[in-house]
Amino acid sequence: MTHRTPRILPSEITSQELFLDRRRVLRSLGLTGVALGSLAALPRTFAANLPPAGGKFDVKRNAALSIADAPNSFQEITSYNNYYEFGTDKSDPAEQSRNFKPLPWTVTVDGEAEVKGRFDFEDILKGETLEERVYRLRCVEAWSMVIPWTGFPLAGLLKRFKPTSKAKYVEFTTLMDPKQMPGQRYRVLEWPYVEGLRIDEAMHPLAFIAVGVYGQALPNQCGAPLRLVTPWKYGFKGIKSIVRIRFTERQPQNSWQIAAPNEYGFYANVNPAVDHPRWSQATERRLGGSLLAKRAATLPFNGYADQVASLYAGMDLRRNF
Amino acid sequence: MALNVTSTYRYVVKPLTFALCALPAVLMTLGLLQATGVLQHSPMDLGTDPVKRLIHACGTTALNLLLITLAVTPVRQITGMNHLVRVRRMLGLFAFFYVLAHFTVYAWLDQGLDIRAIGADIVKRPYITVGMLALLLLIPLAITSTNAMMRRLGRRWQKLHRLVYAITLLGVWHFYWQVKKDIREPLLYFGIFLVLMGWRLWWRQRIKAKSAPATVPERT
Repeated sequence: MTHRTPRILPSEITSQELFLDRRRVLRSLGLTGVALGSLAALPRTFAANLPPAGGKFDVKRNAALSIADAPNSFQEITSYNNYYEFGTDKSDPAEQSRNFKPLPWTVTVDGEAEVKGRFDFEDILKGETLEERVYRLRCVEAWSMVIPWTGFPLAGLLKRFKPTSKAKYVEFTTLMDPKQMPGQRYRVLEWPYVEGLRIDEAMHPLAFIAVGVYGQALPNQCGAPLRLVTPWKYGFKGIKSIVRIRFTERQPQNSWQIAAPNEYGFYANVNPAVDHPRWSQATERRLGGSLLAKRAATLPFNGYADQVASLYAGMDLRRNF
Repeated sequence: MALNVTSTYRYVVKPLTFALCALPAVLMTLGLLQATGVLQHSPMDLGTDPVKRLIHACGTTALNLLLITLAVTPVRQITGMNHLVRVRRMLGLFAFFYVLAHFTVYAWLDQGLDIRAIGADIVKRPYITVGMLALLLLIPLAITSTNAMMRRLGRRWQKLHRLVYAITLLGVWHFYWQVKKDIREPLLYFGIFLVLMGWRLWWRQRIKAKSAPATVPERT
């Protein structure tokens, strides 16, 4: 049984124009307690909306950026998760995230950008065109899945905040709320979870913000309401339930690097040639296959080398693991 | 009709212990049959990564049994139920069985019997090296577990079988080393191991103290 915040169709309330106008009126009256940004007012041609509870996003598959492999089942994708905020066992997130409330949700944007402030998740969505992308997901633990994500390119979102020339990196932060996230009551990692990308990685067309899976709104255990997906990197880079996006000049420290700097780096690019100190990264087990299926060879950059290898030209990938 | 200890063990305690020790294997087999589609339902669901789940289930069952085996002596000493030693061999052999199953699932289902990959793992991955060592050390103990061997080895038998202390420690270490970050469970195992070993030390000191002469002549 899943508990969901009741959703009201935007069409049942007000038109977007009126909605935006309300914001402006409120702002002009100085009534907003928090500084709500003007993100929704930025002109974009398309507008994505959340589907009604249990409904589906209206999306088309981006075939050019999708792989042909058959995706894992919805059941597999939503029952086997690494989301330590809800517990360290793979089955914990599905069980412990039932009462998590992904809506209403705001994302704080700050740092080296012109457009800063707190933005409603629904306003963020309204500026984006959603699409489906079938990506490989390779976990640092040497298993992998194929997932049909619904979402939008990270680059487009970041550009809406007009990062300045000082924005060399982007740092993402997950919600900190031990009441809703029981795993945060034990400091297995430094909470809140933090991840980061170099700005050129973040602006890469493959970097994706997922708001759904299989066309449905992202289940809580998968990082609702919005999460990062960087398919050429190990899964832990894909930070979930993002509440803050910060543009920085300095390289951010990501949670797993803080926890074990000799085992997890900042880049975390999938690399069969660089083993985890305690296990091999040369092969992976594709989940969902036959029990007797052989392990598959892990590909450099998880098979996305053609698209992303140039980002790391000249870098020593053994040192920058 | 009152049963004596020997028949109680033969007809009640031993079959019961056997059933309890075999239960995880039965559940895992049912889980495996479900994962392969032979069964519709199973009391044990191996989940999305059945291979990893099986490896872990065999490993923890083996470790549990090793610790239970190590608990037999302290429980005997505390309760005076010396007859408990009669099920210890079965517990130890089941531990060996689950260690073998643990390795078999890893070598076969996880590594696809790729001898080179397995060899590289054993040499390069300290946690696998440690686990492999524990498995190898268990073999002589399993071989010498028969009554005939006990008689043949005499006093040396007990010395040899003290290896189980090192084996259990290796097992706990193997567990601790492969955990990504959440070390609570392996630490719990280590804690129990320490208590069981600490008890032995304390007991030995106590016996020594008791058997020592009441008044120790002072050195001049």
